[in-house]
Amino acid sequence: MQDPLMIGGVTLTSRLFIGTGKYSRNTLIPEVITRSGSQVITVALRRVDPESSDNIVSHIPSHMTLLPNTSGARTAEEAVRIARLARSAGLGNWVKIEVINDQKYLLPDNMETIRATEILAAEGFVVLPYMSPDLSAALRLKAAGAAAVMPLGAPIGSNRGLQTKELIRILISETDLPVIVDAGIGRPSEAAEAMEMGAAAVLLNTAIATASDPLLMAEAFRDAVSAGRKAYLAGLGPVEETAAASSPLTGFLA
Amino acid sequence: MSFYETMARLEQLPYGTLWSRYTAEDVKRALRAEQVDEEGLMALLSPAAEPYLEEMAHKAHRLTRTHFGHVMQLFTPMYLADFCVNHCTYCSFSSIYDFPRKKLTLEEVAREAETIAATGLRHILILTGESRRDSPAGYVRDCVNVLRRYFSSVSIEVNPLSTAEYAELREAGVDGLTLYQEVYHQETYRALHVKGPKRVYRNRLDAPERGCQAGFRSVNIGALLGMYEWRQEALATALHARYLQDKYPECEIGLSIPRFRPYLGEFNPASDVTDRALVQIILAYRLFLPRSGISLSTREPAALRDHLVQLGITKMSAGVSTEVGGHSLEGGTPQFEISDNRSVAEIAEMLRSQGLQPVFKDWDILSEPLGLR
Ligand code: SF4
Repeated sequence: MQDPLMIGGVTLTSRLFIGTGKYSRNTLIPEVITRSGSQVITVALRRVDPESSDNIVSHIPSHMTLLPNTSGARTAEEAVRIARLARSAGLGNWVKIEVINDQKYLLPDNMETIRATEILAAEGFVVLPYMSPDLSAALRLKAAGAAAVMPLGAPIGSNRGLQTKELIRILISETDLPVIVDAGIGRPSEAAEAMEMGAAAVLLNTAIATASDPLLMAEAFRDAVSAGRKAYLAGLGPVEETAAASSPLTGFLA
Repeated sequence: MSFYETMARLEQLPYGTLWSRYTAEDVKRALRAEQVDEEGLMALLSPAAEPYLEEMAHKAHRLTRTHFGHVMQLFTPMYLADFCVNHCTYCSFSSIYDFPRKKLTLEEVAREAETIAATGLRHILILTGESRRDSPAGYVRDCVNVLRRYFSSVSIEVNPLSTAEYAELREAGVDGLTLYQEVYHQETYRALHVKGPKRVYRNRLDAPERGCQAGFRSVNIGALLGMYEWRQEALATALHARYLQDKYPECEIGLSIPRFRPYLGEFNPASDVTDRALVQIILAYRLFLPRSGISLSTREPAALRDHLVQLGITKMSAGVSTEVGGHSLEGGTPQFEISDNRSVAEIAEMLRSQGLQPVFKDWDILSEPLGLR
């Protein structure tokens, strides 16, 4: 089945994006990549130390599309600066904008995210903004030049699943950008559900990195994302919203 | 409003009978709670929680791994100067002790930095004694300018400064502020701080808040455990952290858990903080503040540190010297004795053997003017 996802001129056959944080050792990363089948991987620029012998980027095979993120940024300016540093460090021109002003729940700041997206898209970056699922923000992000939007399913690292399901559903139906569900997904079934709803892809890190067996979990997510996608393409059968009334209300008309 | 008001309220609590009010039921309720509140925190710090340490530990471990993953951030302190105008009864740098005082020249700062950076560490915490004459904010700033060439993040632990001074240091590239209240209990605070500007309790208590206002990325607070009843001190520290976190959501509020250590003088602490008590404090902090960093210093012995890394700790110091110039120069006076003398490489190896990844770099100084707005 040919069902590629096109983003920023790149054709992807896997709809599972993964992260590099929280692993017990960086040497797990190449195997997680293989087992998950993922082709896009985020890396926090804040963690990249080119002078270190254990540089995180050196563990990522060259066929992967790198998605440097601006984690740690608290303003649009900081995000822009981090993105430029990433590009000049040779990490390519994709960037996941992450502007977080709230250290208690780690919720994104949509306003600052829109500002950063505007600046970076104009500079030729392929911008994927992490956001709270809000329709007007998504439309503004599109106008600002985002290549996709990445709404959260639940707060980062919470493994709470698709708490924002209704809002994500609206984003999927009202925007024509790819919607990549990012953050919150803790179980393969939740990833499958996001895909069944019509998400273009899902991004996750904690669920794999903190599983007892990260490699097996990577595989589980690969299968779940692909199953959810197939279900979406196949078209789910309709769900009866209400049961048929036992005594017809319009029976008297007959 | 400042945390001082909360402190005043806490001091009205009937501490004598307070802790015995909590029951096993209260502890279980706190353990089940999605968000532990002040009452829950007190239950977790109370004697009633002692039989539940194991359960608390499991939850703390889980929360830590979920929020922080299997990683441990490493840093090391660097002492710039040991001149001090205060007399604190628990510290070797106190002005009453007679020893040759030192302050690093900028060349010496560079040499220290080079030695430390060679171990791979990229985060540094710089310290001075309290002397506005010998180590004023301007001196700290000059040192930061040197240190930025070697480190990706620089934090300070110096005497309380004004908001404007903090802002100036932030502009110069300082990311984080560490400032321990030492003792939250006011009467004890006055008794232990015999002479010097540090006697002004409130100036110190409000300083972390000034740091938040000045825009530091992280602010780290703590009580020097052992100087007064540890349950009260831990309660005050945790509530202080929550107060700052609620009021300054953009700042990362962290906690430290320093226990009193031997030093030059004869002072002995009032409250014995056993290993069990220390563990209870760490677990209560983690359950109350699931996303806050908790730092562990080399004041604690190696064997204990090896266990604590699984219980909520997210940052630890490594390869430590508490002497001015202790990494590359000869013969300073340590501020206090450390217990874990292992090198950075040894600590990193210990972490790996426990399934944890040592992280040497977790931020980049971003203070250059961006010219965007
Ligand atoms: S604790 Fe600080 S202020 Fe007090 S004597 Fe030591 S260096 Fe000076």
